[in-house]
Amino acid sequence: MRIRVSHQTTYHYDSPATRVIQTLRMTPRPHDGQHVVRWRIDVSADCRLTTQEDAFGNITHSFTAEVPTDQLDVLVEGEVETQDTDGLLHGTIERFPPSFYLRETELTRADPAILAFARDVAGTATDPIARLHALTRAVYSEVTFDADPTHSATTASEAFSLRRGVCQDLSHVFVAAARSLGIPSRYVGGYFWRNDGITAQEAGHAWVESHVPDLGWVAFDPTHAMCATDAYVRVATGLDYLGAAPVRGTRFGGVGETLEVAVNVAQAFQQLQN
Amino acid sequence: MAECFDEMKGADGSVRPAYEGLDAWLRDLSPDVLDQRCQEAELLFRRIGITFAVYGEADSTERLIPFDVIPRILSSSEWTLLQRGLTQRVKAINMYLKDIYGRREILKAGVIPEDLVFQNQVFRPEMNAQKVPHDVYVHIAGIDIVRVGPETFYVLEDNARTPSGVSYMLENREIMMRLFPDLFSRYRVAPVENYPDELLATLKSVAPETAAAEPNVVLLSPGIYNSAYFEHSFLADKLGIELVEGRDLLVKGGVVYMRTTEGPKRVDVIYRRVDDDFLDPLAFRPDSSLGVPGLMSAYQAGQVTLANAVGTGIADDKAIYSYMPDIVKFYLSEEPILQNVPTWRCRDPKHLSHVLDKLDELVVKEVHGSGGYGMLIGPMADKGKLAAFRTRIEADPKNYIAQPTLALSTCPTWVERGVAPRHIDLRPFVLTGKDTVRIVPGGLTRVALQRGSLVVNSSQGGGTKDTWVLDT
Repeated sequence: MRIRVSHQTTYHYDSPATRVIQTLRMTPRPHDGQHVVRWRIDVSADCRLTTQEDAFGNITHSFTAEVPTDQLDVLVEGEVETQDTDGLLHGTIERFPPSFYLRETELTRADPAILAFARDVAGTATDPIARLHALTRAVYSEVTFDADPTHSATTASEAFSLRRGVCQDLSHVFVAAARSLGIPSRYVGGYFWRNDGITAQEAGHAWVESHVPDLGWVAFDPTHAMCATDAYVRVATGLDYLGAAPVRGTRFGGVGETLEVAVNVAQAFQQLQN
Repeated sequence: MAECFDEMKGADGSVRPAYEGLDAWLRDLSPDVLDQRCQEAELLFRRIGITFAVYGEADSTERLIPFDVIPRILSSSEWTLLQRGLTQRVKAINMYLKDIYGRREILKAGVIPEDLVFQNQVFRPEMNAQKVPHDVYVHIAGIDIVRVGPETFYVLEDNARTPSGVSYMLENREIMMRLFPDLFSRYRVAPVENYPDELLATLKSVAPETAAAEPNVVLLSPGIYNSAYFEHSFLADKLGIELVEGRDLLVKGGVVYMRTTEGPKRVDVIYRRVDDDFLDPLAFRPDSSLGVPGLMSAYQAGQVTLANAVGTGIADDKAIYSYMPDIVKFYLSEEPILQNVPTWRCRDPKHLSHVLDKLDELVVKEVHGSGGYGMLIGPMADKGKLAAFRTRIEADPKNYIAQPTLALSTCPTWVERGVAPRHIDLRPFVLTGKDTVRIVPGGLTRVALQRGSLVVNSSQGGGTKDTWVLDT
């Protein structure tokens, strides 16, 4: 499938910010089943984008911009050709052995409730792939999708006790539970193409990858209760959201910041909606 | 507890050569005079303003660290041994860090279990495959040493992150020279005053290639609420460099600048006393306001040197500590000159059962604790405390290590109008630059002022002494 992505972030300031500094993880890399046809990042302010690779092999762009106006736009836009690999990943960039991804983080700490949930879900299944499929379904049915109660710093434990959250929270719960079962797992940020014709979205998507002996890394999406398909554009991975966050930044000066995000994910021949 | 070695009286009670002058001097001196000098010392410290803050105390205002006027003396041959051992150890630590963040040969060889590194929060993935100038990670190490016999020194801890205490080494000497010129005239004591010069030379030697001939070095402090703030301002002053906080620095176009009244000035080397977690909200804790946004990006691009490097905690972590003799052998193919304290790792079931059996004889430490907190001293603990600690260890064995209760050496100390032996340790400071290791002869001697106490940490009632290394 050829997927066209456009991701526009607009910052409004009541009084102009003097300086904005950001690190973006918004550029996909190719792997088997994902070919980046074209991709660009455009920042409205006058600045230099420095391209680097982070610890996990994600491409980062950093910039420091003086913002003389009351608005800053960051536009990311491109096209990716994808193939369905039944969630199996090959040809990805790996900087650490799988065991590294057993490491707990603040956002993915398994509290007693998650530990019990994971043990329950694993049940009698010993085969890791069976456990992971069961976990995908269980997180999907246990945690209701709801954008209201959580935010970007919500932990797996908080989201799990609410039994509510967005794709980021469901992924954190999955990762915490899978790691507690001894399955190396990581967080993935990217885009998801919807097959219902709706292309306008409020944010990017998040799912997980777990490492299974003999198979390698396999992508699971607890928000949709399925393995990743050719509807997924994989952009960045990390131990948790913070490691794969599309934007980490700060600003000096400027008050009353408001943020507008417009994401469009369409098949290349589809008309983008406004 | 075993009989402990007294630095002055030795094993057989006869005064050891290095202490003969001190012994004679002490006998000549009336307790009243010594008492008066102690009060003068305290007055001087108050005037200079050497203080430290203790975290977690309700009234956590700054306190004066107790100073003992009787010096701790090391002979020239004892120092030579320490110097060789410290140089070897720090060399191995730097090679280990380069390897851990590079080829990971020591993991492939199975010398250190992989999970001990990868599952460890102080291992910083951000440093993976990152080059640092001249392969130096630990520019400043404060290695804690204890002595248990005439020839036996153990390394207790390798402080490889942001070790503090060197300001006391310098100030203690200055005060001693003012108060006791007569005692100095009886000895040839190696100077320590050149430490700031040695530190500055070390820092300049590791400037990035992009730096000008005269690199700009700054000291980055978390600010006045940090317990070591006095030391930060003291050192910046002695080094003649700017003392900055996060908000004084900015990153632009991948370069770090310092705000000055004449506009931004490029920064080449940052002697940072801010912990990894708080260095850069874009790379580490997003809620940190102590750091510099974008600093890691400039660091990764090789535009600035951080001293110490990021991620050095994976060298001084208590879980890694017990492997240090193997680390020395692995990288240098040499036998370690300085020994480790024998250590049981509770993660190992055999070690764990030994530790639980002998809990009342051992010192148990949390792998990630510091400052003597979260520690059990078996022989000093009552039944309730032992039982509580047993439960904690059993719940999370991998978080604990245990060591025998060491008979730390003692040194004569002035206490309540008399001289009595008190337990001491030693923290020498090891500087590693482009191609030299520099160790100023001396260090910080900490003393447990309570009779029988083994806890020398300043946060728990320990004091300090001047440390003399004798020129032959």
